[in-house]
Amino acid sequence: MSTEALTSSEYIKHHLQNLTYGKLPDGSMGLAHTAAEAKAMGFWALNLDTLGMSIFLGVLFLLVFRSAAKSASQGVPSGMVNFVEWIVEFIDNSVRGSFSGKNNMVAPLALTIFAWILLMNLMDLLPVDWIPQVAHHLGLPFFKVVPSTDPNATFGMAIAVFFLVIYYSIKMKGVGGFVGELTLQPFGKLGLPANIFLEGVNLIAKPVSLALRLFGNMYAGEMIFILIALMFGGGLGVGLFGGALQWGWAVFHILIVTLQAFIFMTLTIVYLDMAHQEHH
Amino acid sequence: MNINATLIGQSITFFVFVWFCMKFVWPPIMNALDARKKMIADGLAAGERGKHELELASKRAGENLHEAKQKAGEIIAQADKRAAQLIEEAKAAAKAEGDRMIASAQASVAQETVRAKEALRGQVADLAVAGAEKILRREIDAKAHADLLVAIQNEL
Repeated sequence: MSTEALTSSEYIKHHLQNLTYGKLPDGSMGLAHTAAEAKAMGFWALNLDTLGMSIFLGVLFLLVFRSAAKSASQGVPSGMVNFVEWIVEFIDNSVRGSFSGKNNMVAPLALTIFAWILLMNLMDLLPVDWIPQVAHHLGLPFFKVVPSTDPNATFGMAIAVFFLVIYYSIKMKGVGGFVGELTLQPFGKLGLPANIFLEGVNLIAKPVSLALRLFGNMYAGEMIFILIALMFGGGLGVGLFGGALQWGWAVFHILIVTLQAFIFMTLTIVYLDMAHQEHH
Repeated sequence: MNINATLIGQSITFFVFVWFCMKFVWPPIMNALDARKKMIADGLAAGERGKHELELASKRAGENLHEAKQKAGEIIAQADKRAAQLIEEAKAAAKAEGDRMIASAQASVAQETVRAKEALRGQVADLAVAGAEKILRREIDAKAHADLLVAIQNEL
């Protein structure tokens, strides 16, 4: 446990609070030191931990892949390059399998989504107290390590994907085609309100389900890690049992971590494929 | 867990990362993979071609060998034929030479005979004259009967 003085409830709440930067009640800019302060900052505030961790991980991913890309040649690949090529081929096969249109953006997009989300999710496997403890010593009141347990991050990515879907829908079918798809199906001209309702829900459901699926899975997993971490304060026997539980849940969580990254990527490809296809 | 501007920041970051990946990560790796695929395919094709060429070459070598054997056989047969021919020719020449020698021997024999006959004829005439002389010495003058003697000599 981070601090002996904390109750279980406070401990959990502490772990679920982002490091938020915004306008404090007294009018100055700064870090929120309580959940209430963070809430009072409203929309124009930044979760520094989410942004910092996700940018750090994204840059890490791009650096590794960029260095591999630079040394990739037609000769025998070295270890790291081989690994990167393996992932790239895996993504390429996934995209070829589910995307029928012609768009050079989709495969790199899928790679970025997969690798980035996978790295963010993997932060879940770090023991829940390590980085918050370090942050505590650096004077930061909160630090949420897993960006994908912050709905801002998952919705941010899902909305970006949503924009791409709308952009390519309009690009491929024209404004008329896109509006027609929203209004004239599935019941024809007479059922226009029903069409708008159904297709609208259909459209909005895409980013919402993308974001909430990832967030929900990662948040639940993180929550279980936090609950298990509570057991470490309950004496030697309970602590050891907690350790075993944590190990087991981490092993199981590796599956969820990878699966969620893969699902987010695959659904993005599928949504973009639908955006590229004409309805008949 | 409040929705705030992090959302926008995350979206922007996302686009920047995707752009970077699309510009600087994906193309070189795909190019390398494609180039390697092509190299492997080329290598396999070259191997296949080499194998094919080897087959062709060994076939050609076999054909050459066969042809050479055939030619050698022909040459031997021709040589045999020529040898037989030569022997025949030699035989014929020898026979002709032999015949010629026999003919010339016969001719010279005939000539000798004629000459001997001439000589004998002369001697017979002389003998006859001598005999007749001895007979006629007593009764006939040789000179008076010379034309008769010549007639006898010519009859021989």
